[in-house]
Amino acid sequence: MVRKWQLALLGVLLLVLLAACSGDEENAGSETEGSEESGDEAVETEEENEITLEYWQYSFDSKVKLMDDLIAEFEEANPGIKVKQTNFPYDQYNEQVATQVPAGKGPDVINLFYGWVPTYVDAGYLQPLPQDAFPHEQIEDEFFPLVEATKMDGEYWTIPTAVRTLALFYNKDLFEEAGLDPNSPPETWEELEDYAVQLTKTDGDRLEQSGMAWEPAQQGHQWLRDGLTIQAGGQVLGEDRKEVVWGDDPAGLEAFKYWLSFPTDLGTSEQGFFTDDVTAFITGKAAMNVDGSFRIGSLQSDAPDLNYAVAPLPGKEAKSTNSSFWTNGITDGVEGEKLEAATKFLEFLTTKDVMEQWIEATGELPAKEEVAMQDKYVDDEIYGPFIESLPFANAHFFIDEAKERELVVDAANRVLMEGAEPEDAFNQLVESTQELYDEYWSDK
Amino acid sequence: MEQQNYSLKQDPEYTPRPNKKSIIKKFRGSQKLQKYLFVYSCLLLPILFYFGIRIIPTLFTFNVGFRDWNLLSTGAQPFVGFENYLTLFKDEVFIKSLLNTGVYIVLGVVGQLLFGIIVALLLHKINRFVGLFRVIYFIPYVTSIVAISWVFQWILMGNGIINDVLVNLGIPPQPFLNSPDQAIYVIIAAMIWQAIGFQMVLFLAGLENIPDMLYEASEIDGATPWQKFWHVTFPLLNPTIVFSAVIGTITFIQVSFTQVINMSVDGSGGPLNSTLSVVVYIYQLAFQQFDMGLASAATVILFLFIMALTIFQMKVLTKKFDY
Repeated sequence: MVRKWQLALLGVLLLVLLAACSGDEENAGSETEGSEESGDEAVETEEENEITLEYWQYSFDSKVKLMDDLIAEFEEANPGIKVKQTNFPYDQYNEQVATQVPAGKGPDVINLFYGWVPTYVDAGYLQPLPQDAFPHEQIEDEFFPLVEATKMDGEYWTIPTAVRTLALFYNKDLFEEAGLDPNSPPETWEELEDYAVQLTKTDGDRLEQSGMAWEPAQQGHQWLRDGLTIQAGGQVLGEDRKEVVWGDDPAGLEAFKYWLSFPTDLGTSEQGFFTDDVTAFITGKAAMNVDGSFRIGSLQSDAPDLNYAVAPLPGKEAKSTNSSFWTNGITDGVEGEKLEAATKFLEFLTTKDVMEQWIEATGELPAKEEVAMQDKYVDDEIYGPFIESLPFANAHFFIDEAKERELVVDAANRVLMEGAEPEDAFNQLVESTQELYDEYWSDK
Repeated sequence: MEQQNYSLKQDPEYTPRPNKKSIIKKFRGSQKLQKYLFVYSCLLLPILFYFGIRIIPTLFTFNVGFRDWNLLSTGAQPFVGFENYLTLFKDEVFIKSLLNTGVYIVLGVVGQLLFGIIVALLLHKINRFVGLFRVIYFIPYVTSIVAISWVFQWILMGNGIINDVLVNLGIPPQPFLNSPDQAIYVIIAAMIWQAIGFQMVLFLAGLENIPDMLYEASEIDGATPWQKFWHVTFPLLNPTIVFSAVIGTITFIQVSFTQVINMSVDGSGGPLNSTLSVVVYIYQLAFQQFDMGLASAATVILFLFIMALTIFQMKVLTKKFDY
C-alpha cells in the first residue's frame, strides 16, 4: 500500500518537474518575444492608434510632480498619445537603465545628466534629434551655447528644458558678524580670499567656522574647471575636444593653486568639514559656498531660516561659471509614429510655457535665452545672479563625469594628504585626463 | 542490506520472480530503488533552482569576462580573449583594490576571530546577566550597516566627538576617514565591531560543546589557565575557528561593499582609492562605466581568489584533535 502511494507521489513529482522545465523554456521564449514586440504592440493595440511613450527621469520630488502635470497638459493637447513616467533614484539611475537594456525594455524618451550623454551615445543607446523638428541653426540661435556639450559627431543628441549655473552662496548673518557688508559680496579672487580669511574662526589647530566651504567631490571640481581656470584665462579642452590643453597655459596651474590655497595657505577650509559643503553651509558652519541653482529648493525646505544671498562667482581676467543640465533624448529604435510622438513631446518640453513652469517649480533656469532673460527673472533676488551668469557659463564636455571628477579629487588629495607639490599633482591631473580622452577617441 | 531483504520478504505482495526481469518489473519489485528515486527527485528540485539562479549565471560570467561587453549597447559583444584580464592587471586601481581586499580580509578576519573568542570566553565565565551581555554584544550585528557607517562618520569627522576627546587629552586631532593612511583601518575597525556579535555566538556554542571533564582532568594535572586554554580550549574549538574563518572571509568580502560606500569620504573608496575594495570596483566598472566585460573578468579573479583562500584555510587550519 505504502509503495503505491509513494509511486503515485513520485509520478506527480516527476510530472511537476517536467512541467517546470518545459514551462521555463516557454516562459522564457514568450518573455523575450513579448519584449521585442512591446513597442509595436503599444502602437497597434489599444484603440488601434493610441501611442504610449515611456518617459524616464530620476526621482527628484519637484521634477516628478511637475512632470506629471506637464504630461496631463501634453496628453490633453495631443489626443492619441499617452506618456508614462518612470522614476529611479539618482544613485541607481544609470544602473537601472543599464540593467533594463539587455532585457529589451526601456524608455522611449530619457532624461539624462549631460555628462553621461557621451557614454550613452557611444553605446548606441540614443538616436540623434530629428533635424526637421530641431534644426541645428534654430538650436544654436535660441538656446544658450552650453547645450553644445551634448553635440557629438555633428549631431545634437539631446535637448534640455532647463539648465543650472554655479554661483556664490553666502551667509548674510555671518557676514555681519565678521563686520562685512552683506550687500557687497566679493567680486574678485583677491576679495574672495580676503573675505574667506575674515569669515574663518579657529580654535587652535581646528577649524570652527569655515570662511569658504571647499569640497572637490561636490561642485568643487566644476568650479575649478569651468570657473577658475577660464577666469584666469585658461581652457581645459581644446576646440576639437580631444586635446587636454589645461596645462598649456600657466593659467591652468594658477587656478589650481588658487583653488588649493583655501584649505592650505589660507587655512579657511577643510575637506569633509561637517561632512560636506552643503551641510556645513546649511548649519551655518561655513560662511560661503560655491553651489548651483538646484540648491535653492533644498535650502528653502531644509533651512527656511537661513539668511543667505547669492552672487555671481568672483572673477579674474574674465568672468566664467560652470553650468550643467539634465537633458532629454530619444532612444535608439524608436521609429515611425512613435518617433513622431516622441518628437512632439520633446518640442512640448522646450516651449517657453514649460520652461516658465519649470523655473517656478524646480528652480532650474530656462535653457532658451529669450525666456531666461526676461526682467522678472533677471531682477529676482535669488535667481538673478544665476541668470546673470548664464551668458558666460560653460558646460565642460565630459567623456566620463565620474572618472574626471575622481581625477580632480585625487589631484587635490595628493597635495593635501600626501604633501605633493601642486605643480606635480596638476601635471599628473592633466596627463591622466589626457589619457582618458585618448582612450575615448582611440576607437572613434 | 539484510534488513532490506528481510522486509522485502515480509511484504505480502512480494512474490519470487524468475531471474530474467524487465527494468520496470525490477523497479516495481524493489522498494529500495523506489526509495532512492523518491529522495533524489525531492533533492533535485532545489538543485535545479540553484542551477538556474546561481551556477548558470556564474558560468555565464566567465563567458562575459572574455568579451567586449558594453552594458548599454545592444550590438554585438565580440570575443576578445584575455584582453580584459590584461587590462585589469595593468590597471593600478584594480591592483590597489586587490591589495586593499587582502588587508580587509587579513586584519578583519583575524580581528573578529580574536575579539569573538575573547568576548565568548568572558561571557562563558560569568553566571549573572549573561543574557543581557549577549544581547548587547549581538545588537551591532543586527543593526543596519548604513546607519552604523554614518554614525561612525559623524563621530570621526574633524569636529567630531572623538577628536574633541583627543584634543582635550592633548593629542592633535586626527583626520581618520580623511586620511589615506588611516581610513582603511577605521573602516576595518567598524566592520570588526559589527561582526563580534556573530562570532561570539559561534564560539559560545563551540565552548558549550567542550566537556567539563577535560578541564577537570587538566586541573588535576596542575595546568595553568593559559595551558588549559592553549591545550584544551583552543584545539577543541578548531572546527569552530575554521568555520568562522571561512564564513568571516566570505562575508568580509561581501560587506566591504556597504561599509566602503557609506564610510569613505567620497562614497567610492577614497581618499586616493585607499579604501577601495574589489567588490566596490567591480560595481563601478559594471554600473558606472558599463563595462561588463571588465567587471566580469574582475569577478572571475575575485572568485578564484576566494576559492584559493578557502581551500588554503581548510587545508592549513583544519587539524584533527582527539582526546
